[in-house]
Amino acid sequence: MNGSLLAPLRMLIEFVAAVGSGARFFLRLCVLGLASLRRRRLVIDQIHFIGNYSLSIILVSGLLIGFVLGLQGYYTLRRYGSEEALGLLVTLSLVRELGPVVTGLLFAGRAGTSLTAEIGLMKAGEQLDAMAMMAVDPVARVLAPRFIAAVFCVPLLTSLFSMFGVLGGYLVGVEMIGVDGGAFWSQMQSGVDWFDDVGNGVIKSVVFGFTVAFIALFVGYTARPTPEGVARATTTTVVASSLAILGLDFIMTALMFSAY
Amino acid sequence: MKRSGVDLLVGLFVLLGFAALVFLAVRTGNMSSAFNMGPTYEVRAEFDNVGGLKPRAAVRSAGVAVGRVTSISFDNQSFRATVTLALDRRYEFPKDTSAKILTSGLLGDQYIGLEPGGDTENLAGGDTVMLTQSAVVLENLIGQFLYGKASEGGQ
Repeated sequence: MNGSLLAPLRMLIEFVAAVGSGARFFLRLCVLGLASLRRRRLVIDQIHFIGNYSLSIILVSGLLIGFVLGLQGYYTLRRYGSEEALGLLVTLSLVRELGPVVTGLLFAGRAGTSLTAEIGLMKAGEQLDAMAMMAVDPVARVLAPRFIAAVFCVPLLTSLFSMFGVLGGYLVGVEMIGVDGGAFWSQMQSGVDWFDDVGNGVIKSVVFGFTVAFIALFVGYTARPTPEGVARATTTTVVASSLAILGLDFIMTALMFSAY
Repeated sequence: MKRSGVDLLVGLFVLLGFAALVFLAVRTGNMSSAFNMGPTYEVRAEFDNVGGLKPRAAVRSAGVAVGRVTSISFDNQSFRATVTLALDRRYEFPKDTSAKILTSGLLGDQYIGLEPGGDTENLAGGDTVMLTQSAVVLENLIGQFLYGKASEGGQ
């Protein structure tokens, strides 16, 4: 009787403690991440590994999403006789929502999983413990450069994604379907604000960068050091990052774009 | 891979990323026009109704963009809307220029159209445009139409 009453309470306490240790870990990553900027070699290697290797999937996805937006937007706008607004529709959808969100999701799948698996396997192979034995802080030496590199890469990848999406929309809308090219660009420029739309998209992508990098590293670092534990941690990274990205996106959209 | 090869690839990636950001801000957004505008002077205009006019809407004369709406506020003394316009210094308009709120296309954005008058003196910074014509409000238009129809039927 007493035990069954205490069980939920204990779960609650454990949950609060997990949130606390997550927050502490996040702060530690931020502080050590800034400190790791002095070891530029490590950060550059990680940007190469995280950023450059994600380029192909990001660019191709951006182009394809631009194609689809161009086609779907054209069919809908044609009903209202305003095909010229196609450029505006494609660009606003990409810059405000699709660019940051889809890049975040792809990045979680492409780079987040590899970060979790790498850290988890290093832990399972007792490499992190060996480092700690040699008085090298594994968080500072291994995790922090990865964190900074991921946070730095996501906004750049998002910009590239959105740019390729706009070009994809241009190819389908103007080159293939035959919307007037001048109207495509001019409507876009008069409707897209460089700060309210592009700037807020960049802010979103920075937030997503922090989110994915933190979740991937935290889950990898706290994974159970067994093959099964690492497998489970990799899954958790994808699920948790995706949900966090979509949830945060809703909150940020509500804050940024519904004020007027 | 060799050290310098990695550096080169990372540098390429970073430069491409920033180039994409600049592309988004300048080519798809309005950053170039937001900063490219030369020196301006501010003119005020009072409207009975601004309709859906927004700050940063274009100011055009003869269809050419000559400035931008900087702010819209409500004057509690005259109960009218006060619109501040930033006009490009290169363009000068006579003092009796009139301002109209127009709509580009059927569903397009609203903008302010300036029609030059015949005065010999020009508008200067801080002046007020005296002749204004409000935005067309669809409800009022329909109301007037119905009223006109009803009075026709009575005759």
